[in-house]
Amino acid sequence: MNFTAPESLIFWTTIIFFVFFLLLRKFAWKPILGAVKGREESINNALASAESARREMQNLTADNERILQEARMERDNMLKEAREMKEKMVADSKKEAQIQGERMISQAKIAIEAEKNAAMAELKSQVSTLSLSIAEKLLKDELSNKEAQAKLIENMLGDVKLN
Amino acid sequence: MVFSNKHVQFLLVALVASIPYFGFANPVVDSLSIANEAVVEHQAEAAPVKKPFDATELINSHIGDSHEFHIADWGGHPVSFYLPVILWTNTGLEIFSSERFHHDNEAKHAIDVNGHKLVRSNEVIYYADKFDKLTVEERKNGAFEFDARPLNFSITKNVFSMFMSAIIMFLLFLAVARSYKKNQLAPKGIAGFLEPLVTFVRDDIARPNIGEKKYEKYMPYLLTIFFFIWINNLIGLIPFFPFSSNLTGNIYFTFVMALITFIITTLSGNKDYWGHIFNTPGVPFWLAPIMIPVELIGMLTKPFALMIRLFANITAGHIIILSLVSLIFIFETVAVSPISGAFVLFMSVLEMLVAALQAYVFTLLSALFIGQAVAEHDHH
Repeated sequence: MNFTAPESLIFWTTIIFFVFFLLLRKFAWKPILGAVKGREESINNALASAESARREMQNLTADNERILQEARMERDNMLKEAREMKEKMVADSKKEAQIQGERMISQAKIAIEAEKNAAMAELKSQVSTLSLSIAEKLLKDELSNKEAQAKLIENMLGDVKLN
Repeated sequence: MVFSNKHVQFLLVALVASIPYFGFANPVVDSLSIANEAVVEHQAEAAPVKKPFDATELINSHIGDSHEFHIADWGGHPVSFYLPVILWTNTGLEIFSSERFHHDNEAKHAIDVNGHKLVRSNEVIYYADKFDKLTVEERKNGAFEFDARPLNFSITKNVFSMFMSAIIMFLLFLAVARSYKKNQLAPKGIAGFLEPLVTFVRDDIARPNIGEKKYEKYMPYLLTIFFFIWINNLIGLIPFFPFSSNLTGNIYFTFVMALITFIITTLSGNKDYWGHIFNTPGVPFWLAPIMIPVELIGMLTKPFALMIRLFANITAGHIIILSLVSLIFIFETVAVSPISGAFVLFMSVLEMLVAALQAYVFTLLSALFIGQAVAEHDHH
């Protein structure tokens, strides 16, 4: 190969390369790399925001689901509470009614007893009065009839004999 | 010491990068030797009639640099695009067109430029009187005979090609940058094509090798070398004017690129990086006289490998393609052309892959070296 003057090519390569490099750096690489980087950033940002939107959407859906779940649970709770309350009320009122009934019954019993006692007393007094008057009438009657008296006594004595 | 991920990655990449070089080294040599044999035979038969076809010379002139851009031959005369010659002589700067040499490349005619007698031999311009005193051996490596020639800062074919690629790429990326200002949405058109490459360099080269914190600082450099090397590799594969230069297959060019990576790596080196060189952790201090030179050589071998790899890969590819084309002229029959044409097509497609691959490897290894220099080590 022809080894021509080395200084020529070395000199010009150095000069051209440096000038070329500086020019390209200023007018080409800086704007190109800047634009590429800028666009990459914007793409990354767009992707990130899409991702965050998706996540937000997911969160929203999850929220909705959660709220729905909560509402459902609340409804269930309310129903349960209502049922419990109802049952409690029924039970309470049953118990109350029972107590009331029992009390009324006992009161009635007491009243009845009292009435009965009063009636009995009344009856007793009536009976005694009546029997007194009967006895009086009888006595009056009997005493007016000696024969009958004798018969009575005889009867009574007869009964005694039977005993 | 535990092999870190980066070491393994580096070894893998180095291995992969060297495959095309080793794989195709043999065919190159074979075809060249075939070419030489063929030329020798041919010379024996028809030497007196006309100048024999010399494949080596053709290949050398195609992969080398030159002061004029040869376009075609028309009616036996070469048609060239003449590039300016810029010389720093012992009396000052001289600028003139390479047309003045009249295609002379064997120091046959001396030309007079402001009192300096100049000759051109094998694309090196000498002072005519001093050239005559050089021995044959010295003339072979005449480019390094700095006493016999003026300093040469000519716009050669490669320099011209580099200017052109830099301008094309600058306009291209300026258009991309503009399109972002107008269009804030997804990239369209040329931006849509180049943006994946930019993000590829960022996400697959810079980020994993330099690290999330520091990669941004090195992005402009990595992007510039990736596209610069790639585009210039591709320009070298286009076989007609104003392309076809072998810029990335020129060791001076790869030397400058590797040197820049070396300078950036060295300047970016943090405490841990220098600590590893001058006081390798886990190594007894009395080994320092061995370790420090080894580590310092290690600093240099990395960019040296970068320089050689790119140069060798691209040059090897060009040599293979040119050898295959030369077969037609060596055998002097059109019958060979379908075969060599098919091989050239295959090689050209392969070279397109290699063009991208070598740009990737150069960028990746640069990123890896920078990454090693800026890495914050946990204490092993």
